[in-house]
Amino acid sequence: MKSLSLILICLLILSLVSLFSIGIGRYPVSPGDLFSWLSTGHSSDDNLQVILFNIRLPRLIGAIAAGGALAMSGAAYQGMFRNPMVSPDILGVSSGAGFGAALAILLSLPVAGIQLFSFAGGITAVLIAVSVSKTIGRSHDSVLVLVLSGIIISSLFGALLSMLKYIADPDDKLPAITYWLMGSLANIRMNDLWVILPVLIAGSIPLMLVSWRLNVLSFGEDEARSLGVHTGWMRVIIILSATLVTACIISVSGIIGWVGLIVPHLARFIAGPNHRLLLPTSFLFGGIFMLVVDDIARSLVSVEIPIGIITAILGAPFFIYFLKRSAKKSW
Amino acid sequence: MERKISLDLRRADLGYEGRVVLHDINLSIQSGEIVCLLGPNGVGKTTLFKTILGFIKPIAGSIVIDGRNIAQFALKDFARLVAYVPQVHNSPFPYKVRDVVLFGRTVHLGLFASPGQKDREIANSFLDLLEIQHLADRSFTELSGGERQMVIIARALTQEAKFIILDEPTSNLDYGNQVRVIRKIKEMRKQSVGILMATHSPDHAFMIGSKVVVMDNGSLYRYGTPEATLTEETLKKIYGVDVDVFDTPSNGTCRRKICAPVMDL
Repeated sequence: MKSLSLILICLLILSLVSLFSIGIGRYPVSPGDLFSWLSTGHSSDDNLQVILFNIRLPRLIGAIAAGGALAMSGAAYQGMFRNPMVSPDILGVSSGAGFGAALAILLSLPVAGIQLFSFAGGITAVLIAVSVSKTIGRSHDSVLVLVLSGIIISSLFGALLSMLKYIADPDDKLPAITYWLMGSLANIRMNDLWVILPVLIAGSIPLMLVSWRLNVLSFGEDEARSLGVHTGWMRVIIILSATLVTACIISVSGIIGWVGLIVPHLARFIAGPNHRLLLPTSFLFGGIFMLVVDDIARSLVSVEIPIGIITAILGAPFFIYFLKRSAKKSW
Repeated sequence: MERKISLDLRRADLGYEGRVVLHDINLSIQSGEIVCLLGPNGVGKTTLFKTILGFIKPIAGSIVIDGRNIAQFALKDFARLVAYVPQVHNSPFPYKVRDVVLFGRTVHLGLFASPGQKDREIANSFLDLLEIQHLADRSFTELSGGERQMVIIARALTQEAKFIILDEPTSNLDYGNQVRVIRKIKEMRKQSVGILMATHSPDHAFMIGSKVVVMDNGSLYRYGTPEATLTEETLKKIYGVDVDVFDTPSNGTCRRKICAPVMDL
């Protein structure tokens, strides 16, 4: 089985990168210490025990979850919108989440409040975008109307966010908002994971279940319907699932761009366009990519670099390469 | 012998939001029969197809398959009865031809399932039937127009519907590919499917030699065999140009009519 071996190879690489990543950081961990911690679950060094279990491990799992969820949602959206230029925030989830987080920061809410506001903001923005597209009506190309509604709502929430930044205290609140918007995995702890992981699973399972029909959907509304695929329901399932996981990830990590756009391309290049294989491969590639990016973020210079900056710097040339390649060949 | 079923339009007015494009349409297609639809641009062929496919609802009258109004069918049940071969196909992603044909099985699968061995065999048999097995592992997006048309026809057959609606299957094809596609469509009668096919070439209707429907001015103008229907007079009326219709030079068994537009010297 070609597809099974691809998944196994991805899992192997993910494990190796994870092992490497957990040793990286300000507090050095020798391979020997790591091995004894892994094999026994304990370490002679108490500091090491705390660092590995309370900081590095949650961050590692958080990075895999974030990269995986964003990449898989991106792949599903690209299939549904029949457009390889689409990213998971096309319907406004990021700008909604950014606005929610900024509002919570402005109100001096605790971390859990920021997460909740950002999650709610992301979901709200998408719901508004979908409602707007419904009111515009059925006489137009529904996919196009949906994308345009998403752009309108994104830009609206972007403006609201700018307003909050404008009135925010420039010494205290504004830097916090700015820093949040650049994205970071530094503050993920075990108790965050207990929230993220169930939502992630709840959102991923429906996406995987409809992955075959997603292929048919990418041929367009009329063809998909004549092949027996209920396009309206499919869109509901995909938008709901992708929004749920993306909003959830953004609420703990801040805004991390590019991953949901470029990783699906990379995955499609290796796994082919069949969503049955593309979705899980995108998830694993996303996880690997995010681990590597996070390693760079926390080890390149002595202070941590916000992760959204690195994904953009890596993403731009990557994407140019894919565009150049696609000019010769199809996606 | 499989039971014949029919797709009927009964006194149907078709159009969009109160604007009637086609008035009082009565038409019947039996499984195992090929009906060619001819008519000038803008006469309402697309409206007719969209209505038969359930994308738009008839303004009045009904469309009935095997005695049941199509408005009562669930999407899934409908897709098991009627398959569609659209005029232009594009997918933004380079699916393998084998997979594209396999997409025809979707309607026979459970909501969350993917195709199994049996579905693959069915898809494979239609790749053989249309003689496109050699394309199976190529990307759909890299194929020529004629090859794509064959793949989409194979997909429609794989759907195992009772009726197939083809929207100008020979448009954008070179001469050789047009003939190849028409030959295959003619052979498809053996699959006991009913075929409704729009075409701009009266010759295609003569080649297929089955029923012809001529549309003009918002209604069905003529219905019958190609020989009886596609007369010089009718062609002049609907297309507004002079056309000679004559027999092919007799060279043995296969004799049919062909048409040639009249040209000034």
